Amino acid sequence: MLKVRNLYASVGAKEILKGVNLTIPDGEIHALMGPNGSGKSTLSHVLVGNPLYTVTSGEVVFNNKNLLEMKPENRSHEGLFMSFQQPVEIPGVSMSNFLRAALDAKRKYWGQEPLTTSEFLKLMKEKRQLVELNPSLTRRSVNEGFSGGEKKRNEIFQMAMLEPKLAILDETDSGLDVDALRIVADGFKTLRTKNMSAIVITHYQKMLEYLRPDVVHVMLDGKIVCMGGPSLADRIEKNGFDWIREHVG
Amino acid sequence: MTSEKQYISLFDDNKEIISRNSINLLNRDRDMARSCFGEKGFPSRKVEHYRYTDVQAAFAPDYGVNVNRLQFPLDSSRLFRCNVPHIGSAQAYMVGDRFVGDLSAVLPAGVYVGSLSACPEKYMHELMSRYNSLAPWKTDGIVALNTMLAQDGLLIYIEKGIKVDPIIQIVNLGRSRNDLMTNRRVMMVLEEEAELSLLLCDHNMDSCRFLTTQVAEVWLESNSRLDFCALEETGENNSLFESWNVHQKRGSRLDAGFFTLRNGLTRRTIHVDLAGEEAYAQLFGGVIGDDRSHTDNYLLVEHSQSQCSSNVLFKYVLDGESRGAFAGKVLVREGAQQTESLETNNNLCVSPKARMYTQPMLEIYADDVKCNHGATVGKLDEQALYYMAQRGIPEEEANLLLQEAFLGDAIRRIGIEAIRERMAYLVEQRFRHKLKGCGNCSMCVTKKN
Repeated sequence: MLKVRNLYASVGAKEILKGVNLTIPDGEIHALMGPNGSGKSTLSHVLVGNPLYTVTSGEVVFNNKNLLEMKPENRSHEGLFMSFQQPVEIPGVSMSNFLRAALDAKRKYWGQEPLTTSEFLKLMKEKRQLVELNPSLTRRSVNEGFSGGEKKRNEIFQMAMLEPKLAILDETDSGLDVDALRIVADGFKTLRTKNMSAIVITHYQKMLEYLRPDVVHVMLDGKIVCMGGPSLADRIEKNGFDWIREHVG
Repeated sequence: MTSEKQYISLFDDNKEIISRNSINLLNRDRDMARSCFGEKGFPSRKVEHYRYTDVQAAFAPDYGVNVNRLQFPLDSSRLFRCNVPHIGSAQAYMVGDRFVGDLSAVLPAGVYVGSLSACPEKYMHELMSRYNSLAPWKTDGIVALNTMLAQDGLLIYIEKGIKVDPIIQIVNLGRSRNDLMTNRRVMMVLEEEAELSLLLCDHNMDSCRFLTTQVAEVWLESNSRLDFCALEETGENNSLFESWNVHQKRGSRLDAGFFTLRNGLTRRTIHVDLAGEEAYAQLFGGVIGDDRSHTDNYLLVEHSQSQCSSNVLFKYVLDGESRGAFAGKVLVREGAQQTESLETNNNLCVSPKARMYTQPMLEIYADDVKCNHGATVGKLDEQALYYMAQRGIPEEEANLLLQEAFLGDAIRRIGIEAIRERMAYLVEQRFRHKLKGCGNCSMCVTKKN
């Protein structure tokens, strides 16, 4: 699904990713852990094509295509989705117009006819129910006036609508109470297709208990320094990251 | 020859013809207006509230003036084929300054909407006392010029207590084979407790240059209500100078929207005097500028009496090398206690060469007031564009959605649902470059699904 090879990236003159290597096979959930500032979110943004970041070297292959050559919108059409740590408010653009534009563009990219209005509304209703999103929110402007939890739920709702192949959940659990976390995690698990992969960035064990990652990666100072099974997350929960830092030297 | 001399000569050479073809009301102040215009001339850019518009340059070309009242051949079937599916049933045209149509069949007794020159005798005495009592014809050179040359225009008179049911739509059409100057007067009187919803649209049907001056005087008597929306959709060859002067009595309400979707040069002055207690005025507008268009709105909202409220919101989206200007002054006079006023001007410059000049102003001479004003000029939100791109929305579509959303605040203030929906559709079409100059008023063309 995704192969990242020796990826370097910077913001302005500051280098943040310093040779990332990462492989995500089809249908697997990989957790990405690491202390604040280690480059987890930067990696996410670089993968989806945030123009603030400059890739200085390395390659990213997504389903046999060179991801770095694609515009951000085409990366989305190819099946890459990121749940934002801080979803952006867009006053005046309704959720339904926003999603309609996104779906129309994706279908056009793949040479499909746009959905009819009734097909679109039916799809919205179906997916909204999956994440138990209040119906009034889909009529409002994108994320405007949403609580922190509603914003995160809305991210998963958008993921459900767009049916990506690889979803990056960038601290989707932050700002969620226990019930909301369960709803979001259950929604994610329900809508996840067999071949869909995910990168889950989190500081909390709870999210990983719900999602049960196949592999846990640890990122330190712009590099992935170790990987392991779910037990690695348990050990980090108990002992923090210092032991890894010492081990890596 | 300076621009002023050109127009003074035109007047002096044609004074007799102009007067012969006009009613006494419009002839009354001509000579005095000539003196005022001769003295004041066109406002230069040194005049504070004209600093962003080059009036001299706009009036310099040699435009023809239809002093002989020649009627342009009109294909009325084509004009009137444009019916009004959702807006209302009462529609008429102004071709230049000439009213075309007959609304008498759809309007109740006590309501007149028609040519100023054909004003019913029963209103004439009233109009004589009102004409030029609001317009600043002694101080503003353009208004003086209009007073000197105007030969006709629009009169709307609603007698006491009448609530006009159909929305009145007046379509201003520019029609000419040669470059043409039109000087149009508008007078509107809403007597006590009268109510009116009015839509004014500006269009051009021909490709020559049009220069229009329009001076409007509007009286809203006690507890009357005017719901008004103006749509300008002309073209690069069109220059419009208009002066709106509104006098509001106690408890009256004005909701007035001004939307410029396509134009060449527009300079609009709006002066609202809240001259009776508990009067309310809401002024709002949206401007879409591109190429080298120029749109300058100057507002003066005068709180002369206590317990009045005003709310102003103008939003501009400027592309290409377009220029926008907004200057809005809220003046709270001594004794106008418990005034509430909010004035906002927000602007987007979506291209690096677009320029916006904004100047919100507050001048307060009372101490128990609640007044706010503010202005912003910015670019499209890059975070929002990135977020939309991540969801697969192409840059062009995202730009469009954000620009539409930006103007949405102003559009939502349109009180009449049919006009509001139509305006939202037209704005979308405009941003998608699908709105073309049309013979028919696009406000009326059946909505495409």
